[in-house]
Amino acid sequence: MSQQQGLEITLEFGGGAELLFGNLKKHQVTLPACEGKWTIRSLLTWMKDNLLKERPELFIQGETVRPGILVLVNDADWELLGQLDYEIEAKDNILFISTLHGG
Amino acid sequence: MSLESKSIFQMEKEIADLRELLRSKEQELRVLKECEGSKTHLSVEKLSKDDIERFSRQIIIPSIGVKGQQLMKGASVLIVGAGGLGCPAAQYLTGSGIGHIGLVDYDEVDRSNLHRQLLHSQENIGVSKVSSAAEALRRLNSNVRISEHSLQLDSSNALNIVQQYDVVIDATDNVATRYLLNDACVISGKPLVSGSALRLEGQLTVYNHHQGPCYRCIFPKPPPPETVTNCGDGGVLGAVPGVIGVLQALEAIKIVLGWTGVLSGQLLLFSGEQSTFRNIRLRAKNPSCDVCGDHPLITKLIDYEQFCGAKATDKESGLSLLKQEQRVSPETLHRSFICKNEGIVIDVRDSEEFNMCALPNSINIPLKKLEEVTTIQKIKEILDSRKKNEENFPVYVLCRRGNDSQRAVLKLEQSLGNENVAVCDLEGGLHAWARAIDSSFPIY
Ligand SMILES: [Zn+2]
Repeated sequence: MSQQQGLEITLEFGGGAELLFGNLKKHQVTLPACEGKWTIRSLLTWMKDNLLKERPELFIQGETVRPGILVLVNDADWELLGQLDYEIEAKDNILFISTLHGG
Repeated sequence: MSLESKSIFQMEKEIADLRELLRSKEQELRVLKECEGSKTHLSVEKLSKDDIERFSRQIIIPSIGVKGQQLMKGASVLIVGAGGLGCPAAQYLTGSGIGHIGLVDYDEVDRSNLHRQLLHSQENIGVSKVSSAAEALRRLNSNVRISEHSLQLDSSNALNIVQQYDVVIDATDNVATRYLLNDACVISGKPLVSGSALRLEGQLTVYNHHQGPCYRCIFPKPPPPETVTNCGDGGVLGAVPGVIGVLQALEAIKIVLGWTGVLSGQLLLFSGEQSTFRNIRLRAKNPSCDVCGDHPLITKLIDYEQFCGAKATDKESGLSLLKQEQRVSPETLHRSFICKNEGIVIDVRDSEEFNMCALPNSINIPLKKLEEVTTIQKIKEILDSRKKNEENFPVYVLCRRGNDSQRAVLKLEQSLGNENVAVCDLEGGLHAWARAIDSSFPIY
């Protein structure tokens, strides 16, 4: 099951996570065609190589996001959808939110 | 001029004295009312004439009714943090007729709180936040019982306090206290209404309610301390925690009334910039959660500052990265840079902060920019034009409190290693400067 064309998705950032991505809260991106399916796991690697502007350790630790960042696919917690193994579909909206602690 | 200022001073003194008198009379009245109340009221939940007149507008909502108002009168809510979230939450809960409100805070009112913590007035700067808030709440509704817990919530006292209330509101400002409060609520079986805000964004959810997830179910590991930003460093627009705090009061009332539709297992994201609310579906309770799971590892409170690697306050403690000879006092900086025009001063705060207030002739280069090659090039050019053939030309680095300046010194020592400069930071930052040298300089 290879994807011939690129995969168009929306990436969003909030709670300060946008500061690591050029201070832009919304990115329309096209993931290049690849062998097999795009998953959140491969997306994170792609983001690290193509999108992260600074200090990757503040976003990614090992193969997953650092503690305190919540990943939401189409407004649902990624835990409900298989986490790193979730297979991304065209038009998906993936939101990375850094939790706030201030008051 | 001197006559006029003397009379202003006298007036201020008289007003302060009158306020003190007012406070003691209010206290006296409260004690009297409490004695009277314990004699006459057999059932606290019964609505009085005052209650009916005061709450009629919400009692006539069919889903509340007299029964709902009685539930509220018999309920108790603990608010932890009397700040940007806690003030509006407490105000609306007191207004709504929740019978017993507990307030927890260790801190005193500071001028930088007043833009968002609207229960505190400028006369109360330096007063404990809990007594300042309690005073304002009692003026709003003297029938509500307000319990004052002027203390730092910690593992030794949290359970005892939490157990006295039906619902808990997390209106704190740091990660360690959030984990502490979560565990205390799970152990005591209390729902936790959790809110947070920073800059123009807010977040809200309810933990540990009707088999819903707890904070640890969602965030089993604390965030690395260097990724956590507090309001003092990141900033916050007052109306944003205002929105979230009011919603926290609403969720607490819904829990008291036993309504469905409580924000449990969901996270509400508020963007003040876009005026949007986004409701996110969260995972279910985790059966292997360390505290609320089927076989919990945490059955009593632990050391949360150690668990999070961060203090249980929003005040950054003093870093110590440099040797003493790499640091200068405000007096030394004043003598050298201001009086003798020696060296240069690099201010590593963000440009917004620099634009608010800065030392004359200081150069603003935010800490983050020190990573960039072009920035270092720019500094080298400035040095070339200034230092001629001087040995150990002083490069003074400063920031707000003297932490980032130390990080900056370490970076600059690497990148300016061959420049024959002596890089030092201002110990204690601009706060120390304001205290020692220039009392007209704002401490923010
Ligand atoms: Zn849990």
